[in-house]
Amino acid sequence: MSDVLVAAEHRRGALRDVTYEAITAGRELADARGGDLHVAVVGGDVDGFAEDVNREGVDAVHAVEDGEEFDHNAYQAAVSTLADRLDVGAVVLPNSVNGLDYAPALGEALGVPIVTDAVGMAYDDGLTVTREMYGSKVETTVDVAGDRFVLTVRGGEWPPAEGVGDAAIEAADVDIPESGARVTGFEEVGGGDVDIADADVLVSVGRGIEEEENLELVEELADALGATLSASRPIVDNGWLPKNRQVGQSGKVVTPDVYIAVGISGAVQHVAGMKGSDTIIAINTDPNAPIFDIADYGIVGDLFDVVPELIDEFA
Amino acid sequence: MKVLVTVKEVAEADDDFAIEGTDIAESDLEYDLNEWDDYAVEAAVQLAEAGIADEVVTVTVGPERAEETIRMALAKGADRAVRVWDDALDGGFADVASKVALFEAVVAEEEPDLVLGGVQAADTGFGATGVALAERIGFEHAAVVNHLDVDADAGVAHVHRELEGGVEELTDVDLPAVLTVQTGLNEPRYASLRGIRQAQRKEIAAKDLSDLGLTADDIESALTITEMYEPESESDAEMIEGDAGESAGRLAEVLREKGVGA
Ligand SMILES: Cc1cc2nc3c(=O)[nH]c(=O)nc-3n(C[C@H](O)[C@H](O)[C@H](O)COP(=O)(O)OP(=O)(O)OC[C@H]3O[C@@H](n4cnc5c(N)ncnc54)[C@H](O)[C@@H]3O)c2cc1C
Repeated sequence: MSDVLVAAEHRRGALRDVTYEAITAGRELADARGGDLHVAVVGGDVDGFAEDVNREGVDAVHAVEDGEEFDHNAYQAAVSTLADRLDVGAVVLPNSVNGLDYAPALGEALGVPIVTDAVGMAYDDGLTVTREMYGSKVETTVDVAGDRFVLTVRGGEWPPAEGVGDAAIEAADVDIPESGARVTGFEEVGGGDVDIADADVLVSVGRGIEEEENLELVEELADALGATLSASRPIVDNGWLPKNRQVGQSGKVVTPDVYIAVGISGAVQHVAGMKGSDTIIAINTDPNAPIFDIADYGIVGDLFDVVPELIDEFA
Repeated sequence: MKVLVTVKEVAEADDDFAIEGTDIAESDLEYDLNEWDDYAVEAAVQLAEAGIADEVVTVTVGPERAEETIRMALAKGADRAVRVWDDALDGGFADVASKVALFEAVVAEEEPDLVLGGVQAADTGFGATGVALAERIGFEHAAVVNHLDVDADAGVAHVHRELEGGVEELTDVDLPAVLTVQTGLNEPRYASLRGIRQAQRKEIAAKDLSDLGLTADDIESALTITEMYEPESESDAEMIEGDAGESAGRLAEVLREKGVGA
């Protein structure tokens, strides 16, 4: 009951970093609950993965054979079967695209509440989760009734588990139902003429630019600075710039010397793609925009006033 | 086939806002159709235009205020709407299971073949309702869909799921299914004047718990928001002051120091 179960995530033959972060969060929770930490690996090279997830603090690894790639029905079946069999009260999963493709169904199947996208937690008599709301403008604490739950944890909030553990590794037999959702392949998107990941200086434009015609303004700035133009998602969704210009979780991860965010709020999925930049500069009308939290230099101001002046400085 | 679209009216905080208790002050919130749901509505309307869907029904959990937002979806081409609300929902924070209980009851009445919703609601950012609903009603599902091709005869939706890092997963999903729609799936239309006029005559059926055969116990939330606060900024950013000319001048200095534009 007090035990905790974490499920590993892998894609195309490799474990994803969020797995090790979830293990750290799971260990923290297991300590607070006075329980053991179990890790499930489902599908792919289960033996290899089982060795890899045997990090410090892991008490048991359960290897469930399945196909090569992620199948939400298999993951749900494996994790819910293990949770029942091991009498685990708490399941911790990465708040990834695939995590969100089965964690909510798992909560339903187990009949327990789910809290997603945790950025922090405390466990006393019960679980209290810290999570953001309103586009990262506020944080909330959420109390969870009862001591059984599914929790998904945001990437980059817990350090990855390290070291080598002395977990017992065992093959687990699980009935995996035939799936009504079949993965037929993968596609890489966003190739093309420029690789924004190669740029030393990026001028990155967001929804604050309002109209496609206004893009000229930031193009001019990029030219004046000898920078490359990138963008947040809405600009690409609107078809104003091609996909290979998108910075963020579902676009490119960039680490330029200088990243200038123009009219970008700093949503978590955007920040995931640029927080490693050396110097971050933000121009935004909203003094509470989360982008300022990670900026080195900030201008609270209207881009339509500031950018033309900046272009003049370099003209 | 029949398509049910879950549509949420979301709140966005003004640039300046105050926190009252465990929420942002009502007067500092603006309400709008959830960005992700806008794409879900568009996808459903396109299925109708392609002759694949016979009817598009939207369902919203929200107070009367939400009708303005619902009319937007109707103006864009949805045929009719269901709005679920009950005093029991007032004030508290509905957890995923309680929303699913409401949608389950609506699904039982409407019997859709396909349920579309947004990946997440912009205000709470839970991203869980659609997939949990699928489990409850025994539908297949796919989360974060950014390409959709419905083959009604074969009973399959060919989708792309947008994963991290510019990779898309190609998946065949058996119908009936719940799909959560990612922005960029299509180009949501603006409501035409004609659409807006027509929307005035379309039905918005209001339902409370008893209409749906539910009681307050069915929607008892396991989650309680106990605190809301502005996160302490960990930033040591230099905030550049002055009018546009002055701040641009200082920023230019910073950039030159870093060797930019030199
Ligand atoms: C699964 C998933 C994956 C995602 N992947 C990505 C991704 O890879 N990349 C990405 O960017 N997003 C991604 N998103 C979307 C993300 O959640 C945000 O919706 C998006 O980043 C918002 O872009 P934005 O900051 O340009 O727009 P907004 O959030 O709308 O911000 C616009 C900003 O412009 C400011 N502004 C307005 N007018 C002006 C002006 N005149 N001058 C100066 N400032 C102004 C506003 O104050 C505001 O802060 C993803 C979301 C999900 C759910």
